[in-house]
Amino acid sequence: MAERTFQVYRGSDDEGRLESYTVETDQGMVVLDAIHRIQAEHAPDLAVRWNCKAGKCGSCSCEVNGRPRLTCMTRLSDYGEDEPITVTPMKAFPVIKDLVTDVSQAYRNNASIPRFKPRPRDADDGWRMQQYEIDRAQEMRKCIECFLCQDVCHVLRSHGKHEEFIGPTYLVRTAGYSLNPIDVEDRSEFLRDAGGLGYCNITKCCTEVCPEHITITDNAIIPLKERVVDRFYDPLKALVRLVRRR
Amino acid sequence: MEITERHEHDVLVIGAGGAGLRAAIAAIEAGASVGLVGKSLLGKAHTVMAEGGMAAALGNNRPEDNWQVHFRDTMRGGKGLCDWRMARAHARESPDRVRELEAWGALFDRAEDGRMNQRPFGGHTYGRLAHVGDRTGLEMIRTLQDHAVHEGADVFMECTVFRLLVVDGRVAGALAYWRPTGEFVLFRARTVVLATGGLGKAWKVTSNSWECTGDGVALAYDAGAELMGMEFVQFHPTGMVWPPSVRGTLVTEGVRGEGGVLTNRDGERFMFRYVPEMFEGDYAESEEEADRWVEGDRVANRRPPELLTRDVVAKAIVAEVEAGRGSPHGGVFLNISEKRSPEYIKAKLPSMYHQFKELAGVDITTDAMEVGPTTHYAMGGVKVDPETAATRVPGLYAAGEVAAGLHGGNRLGGNSLSDLIVFGQRAGAAAAEEARGVSLAEIPAAELSAAVAGATAPFAREGGRNPFGLQEELQQIMQDKVGIARTEEALRDALEDVHRLHGALDDCSVDGGRAFNPGWHTWLDLRVMLTVAEAVVLSALERRESRGAHTRIDYPDSDASLGRVNLVIRSSDGRMATDAEPVSEPPAELRQLIEEGV
Repeated sequence: MAERTFQVYRGSDDEGRLESYTVETDQGMVVLDAIHRIQAEHAPDLAVRWNCKAGKCGSCSCEVNGRPRLTCMTRLSDYGEDEPITVTPMKAFPVIKDLVTDVSQAYRNNASIPRFKPRPRDADDGWRMQQYEIDRAQEMRKCIECFLCQDVCHVLRSHGKHEEFIGPTYLVRTAGYSLNPIDVEDRSEFLRDAGGLGYCNITKCCTEVCPEHITITDNAIIPLKERVVDRFYDPLKALVRLVRRR
Repeated sequence: MEITERHEHDVLVIGAGGAGLRAAIAAIEAGASVGLVGKSLLGKAHTVMAEGGMAAALGNNRPEDNWQVHFRDTMRGGKGLCDWRMARAHARESPDRVRELEAWGALFDRAEDGRMNQRPFGGHTYGRLAHVGDRTGLEMIRTLQDHAVHEGADVFMECTVFRLLVVDGRVAGALAYWRPTGEFVLFRARTVVLATGGLGKAWKVTSNSWECTGDGVALAYDAGAELMGMEFVQFHPTGMVWPPSVRGTLVTEGVRGEGGVLTNRDGERFMFRYVPEMFEGDYAESEEEADRWVEGDRVANRRPPELLTRDVVAKAIVAEVEAGRGSPHGGVFLNISEKRSPEYIKAKLPSMYHQFKELAGVDITTDAMEVGPTTHYAMGGVKVDPETAATRVPGLYAAGEVAAGLHGGNRLGGNSLSDLIVFGQRAGAAAAEEARGVSLAEIPAAELSAAVAGATAPFAREGGRNPFGLQEELQQIMQDKVGIARTEEALRDALEDVHRLHGALDDCSVDGGRAFNPGWHTWLDLRVMLTVAEAVVLSALERRESRGAHTRIDYPDSDASLGRVNLVIRSSDGRMATDAEPVSEPPAELRQLIEEGV
């Protein structure tokens, strides 16, 4: 098969450069295969994260020609024969080395979400739920934590608000809990304050890059925003709460 | 070289997949402080790739199902070599472990009455697998991961353990390196649980990720534990065969569970010809009967032969290909498009739909997939006490794929996810209990510096062999000589090769620094993989019969006397030695249950 040249980012957060590598390519190859071939033949210390190589674990996220992609699901044949292919790390995160970024803040954000809290069991053997009741929550549970939506979110990518805003990944996670029909936790206050939900101004970039095709903005973020509005800003409900408190 | 970081815990859990997470949760519930160490980011362990479901006799779809039927299916699927105590505990406890996941936030697909739906799978008498489409492992690991974090597990991500530390005969901790920085970390603990998963990365065609190098097997062996059943490596019947870059990627058994049929080049549904004597009468005898079962009439009809156990289906596919009846790229056809609507397929098998569409350009709602066997799962592993998951090294436990005993000569699909949570829980609870009466040991400094010096040796060499090349060579050897069909001659060759590669480790050099250096990581992984490979080859040589996942061309039949023993490996004067140990006989009432049914 044909040879192909790749530009790959080498270096750390402080300094780095694009290096050029040429390898043989085979039919059906994906970008991650090319990176592995470069590793095996030219640069054994080229750092890249990966696990499943089947789009299920969300480890191998990078930017290919500037677009956030799972490199294991990005086929070389998607690019024209003479089109250059450049692979760089996710821009919204600090680079550890080469294509590997520091995503530890994301895990801290996740840990801050008030945990799932179920209502008492419906029967000795658990809960009764209809499939249609859980379809929406299951959509959120498809998230593979690839961080591509975090990478493309301008609040994080351009403004670096990782500590103020949990980002689309963890809004999806929160929605996964809150849309679970047996969950009884109220996460409105968390979302408004520590979660930084107000930072999102629904530009839908996250939805566009999601490899699991989760409709992040419409099905996760907007319903969460509505809940927060209902909880804190609905004058009728505020009155009811005030009366109840007395 | 300095050890820059030290941690102390009551219980150290090595491995952050399903078994490790469940062990950590159990140990925390029992009051222990827990360190949880994983090689990847949290939530990326191989459990995340499990697709089809988790076997538990909930009886939601068929009230006739109960632990006895599940126990019997597991014992028969394991071809006589399962530990009956483990199989009984697994069948009895898996329903509670699955329901518990729901209380922690997991959302499984529902049946019409609002309870969990259960999907049919190979070797299971009834539809038994709780599932979420074909991403059950993701649901399980996410649920366990969030629960463990909220419960207070001390998580160490991207940290690889390369040595267990033993002081006065007891395990006292572990030595690890941070993958991002290459710095060394010492973990001291009162007890240690190994939950390191599988070893399929030693083969070329595999469904396993880079992580599945068999770390726990080698760590335990080096610490003085015994290994068992290492010859039994499951080749999953359906991996992708084309294009070359995805050869080996798993195609869930759920495709067949949902009605998918296997055909050869001539369009024949060949599995009807491969029903073994043991299962005669349990499977449909005509395509019409199988179709009626798929359409939903499951009481009057028997299940399709595509749902025979994995060992049987994998060998049938190999036989068809060898007889010249294979598909263009050396597999057979798997087709669900003629049995189910596109909407149904996309709802029940969404990731298979995307996987084939995006990686192979095949639409499985209209066309057949090409599939063939792929290295998938280790039935063998570290020998453990069937009740507590303790190894013979005091303070050391093992659970999940790294442990041996539950699955015998062949694992049923769906029994691994339930294995993880049943025995993860047992190991974590037992490790926490033991930890109460144990104090932390001092680790001799000389031992630590020797281990660190050994791990960094290839940096001191220049111009040596590339570890990636060595790894590729090992994978090719295991593929060619220790694959589905084995012979004395090929295995002897493989043993020599493994010894030679072991020597070649000292010829390798690594460039660059210690920070996130895959060449160095691969060299360290190779030390482990070669120990694993040697154990597999030695056991495969010793089992001169064909049984379950282990097929010897030179001994094509099962040998009843070998059906009563497990092969155990232990270190003897610095060499690996195998020994045959009798399989523990179940009590009379369970024996009757296995032989005659419920």
